[in-house]
Amino acid sequence: MNKIKIYILKTVLLLFSGIPFLANAAGTDEILNVSYDPTRELYRDYNVLFAKYWEKETGRKVNIRQSHGGSGKQARAVIDGLKADVVTLALAYDIDEISAKSKLLQPNWQQNLPQNSSPYTSTIVFLVRKGNPKAIKDWNDLIKPGVEVITPNPKTSGGARWNHLAAWGYVLNRELGDLKKINDSDKAEEVRVAEKKAKEFIAELYKHVPVLDSGARGATTTFAQRGIGDVLLAWENEAFLSVNQLGADKFDIVVPPISILAEPPVAIIDTVVDKRGTRKITEAYLKHLYSPEAQKLAARHFYRPVHPENADPADIARFSKSKLFTIDEVFGGWQKAQKAHFSDGGIFDQIYQPGYN
Amino acid sequence: MFINILRSTDKRPGLNPPLIVNMAITVIALGFLFMFVIMPLIIVLKEAFSAGLSLWWASITEKDALSALRLTLLVAAIAVPVNLVFGLAASWALAKFRFKGKSLIITLIDLPFAVSPVVSGLIYVLLFGLHGWLGPWLGEHDIQIIFAVPGIVLATVFVTFPFIARELIPLMSEQGTDEEQAALSLGASGWQTFRRVTLPNIKWGLMYGIILCNARAMGEFGAVSVVSGHIRGETNTLPLQVEVLYNEYNFVAAFAVASLLAGLALVTLVLKSIVEWKTKHG
Repeated sequence: MNKIKIYILKTVLLLFSGIPFLANAAGTDEILNVSYDPTRELYRDYNVLFAKYWEKETGRKVNIRQSHGGSGKQARAVIDGLKADVVTLALAYDIDEISAKSKLLQPNWQQNLPQNSSPYTSTIVFLVRKGNPKAIKDWNDLIKPGVEVITPNPKTSGGARWNHLAAWGYVLNRELGDLKKINDSDKAEEVRVAEKKAKEFIAELYKHVPVLDSGARGATTTFAQRGIGDVLLAWENEAFLSVNQLGADKFDIVVPPISILAEPPVAIIDTVVDKRGTRKITEAYLKHLYSPEAQKLAARHFYRPVHPENADPADIARFSKSKLFTIDEVFGGWQKAQKAHFSDGGIFDQIYQPGYN
Repeated sequence: MFINILRSTDKRPGLNPPLIVNMAITVIALGFLFMFVIMPLIIVLKEAFSAGLSLWWASITEKDALSALRLTLLVAAIAVPVNLVFGLAASWALAKFRFKGKSLIITLIDLPFAVSPVVSGLIYVLLFGLHGWLGPWLGEHDIQIIFAVPGIVLATVFVTFPFIARELIPLMSEQGTDEEQAALSLGASGWQTFRRVTLPNIKWGLMYGIILCNARAMGEFGAVSVVSGHIRGETNTLPLQVEVLYNEYNFVAAFAVASLLAGLALVTLVLKSIVEWKTKHG
């Protein structure tokens, strides 16, 4: 009997010896950056860059903690109490939601930094199997018979919402010839017909989707690792990264002639930084994203810098010059787009039926 | 030799099925064991060491992997003793005494088995989240429960809740109260009865429950994933760290950390065997 007790005690002691050392070194600032899925590699490098800059400026060390996941899921976690000092998410609507649901930051947060608070942009491209066996060149090729398309779930993924809206904008542009007509009240009837066509196209597109992952990285893994599907609708940066990480001999990137300008914004969570006293450092952290060295880094990680003149020209040359439309010109901003397309009962709910034929 | 094992030594008619049946059953059982237990384990180890021993070592001693290991051990070190105390108390009360509402309590103990782990996690978000029942009060007092270590511990305690109690209740019920009554009538105190009579009777069931509880506490993914917040090097347990690494195309490191998790499971098994051996021979 006593022996059992001793052994149990020893086991417990052994386990307890692993208690983490929680002390925090003095003179170290600490912030938490809650980000979306594909920025893992970018912020791993940027955090090192910023830590050097901050130490040079102030003599203080900084420890930047990172959390990554689907953009919508991450926003939900911040609303539920994940104490983020800054959020760097896939789209403005997710940060709007944090503001609306939790009052943790001002509704006009997007005016705090230049370029709609988006220090880098991206677009949506196609990643196909090597040699492009299904000959996919444009959006219309996605709904050819026998083509399987991989895109994540727009309810949880930011990238998936950009994919959906990019496809929608493609149809409007094809039907109208000029996207300016959308905001022209004389052309309302023509726009209405085009939107009907767009809805049909999107409905057909989702019929070609065998599985909806919850985040962009999950969708990439489905396509690249599990070998499902003929084409992945992906962030440009995610597509380049897949080719780089998983082999240029396996995939090709196809840039459609028209796509959406995706602006992933950044913001400070006011109530958290005021409580923790990290406002100064978080402001510097986000502002430094616009600095020449950070812009250069963003381009190296396949994000389109808002100041391309600071980046390596060879990095910039990798980005295609295809036509990009903005969410404001086609959809009248994220609030309207979200409400019309992704809210309960919106266009996605109307047209998506699980399973494909 | 192998064939001899398969032959029943009992010569009574009807208890000795034909050799071919014995063999078929054995082959099926071993085949299943190989396909669903041994093969995946081999694949994990093969992938983990595919880039050499030094890279494996670098992967598991990396800062975030070590912190995930520490967190996993800490969570198990809290969840297992808590459930040990609860499991003993609950099964003692339920097996040795009669009272109203007994079956209701047993059903409640089973609840974590019936509920999906993701829902278990969400319960705590709804309870302790900023907009949950207790969230505003916790926020005022600056207490962080979810997206921090306490939330991960709570979720783990919840999902591992039934293991020890569920193991002991049938055992204790079967043993009845005769021996305890004898001890008490011979003048033993309640504590003496528990320590000298009840505990020795249930020790193997208890050990087994602890081992199951510990294995689940270390391996839990779903519930922990919901309440973790996924902060690198801080709120990622080993299973979450495996997912993070896999999602970062860091396959060797992902499998290396997975092999570490498998190693912990093996250590648990070895500990169990040592305790078994010591009790038999000591």
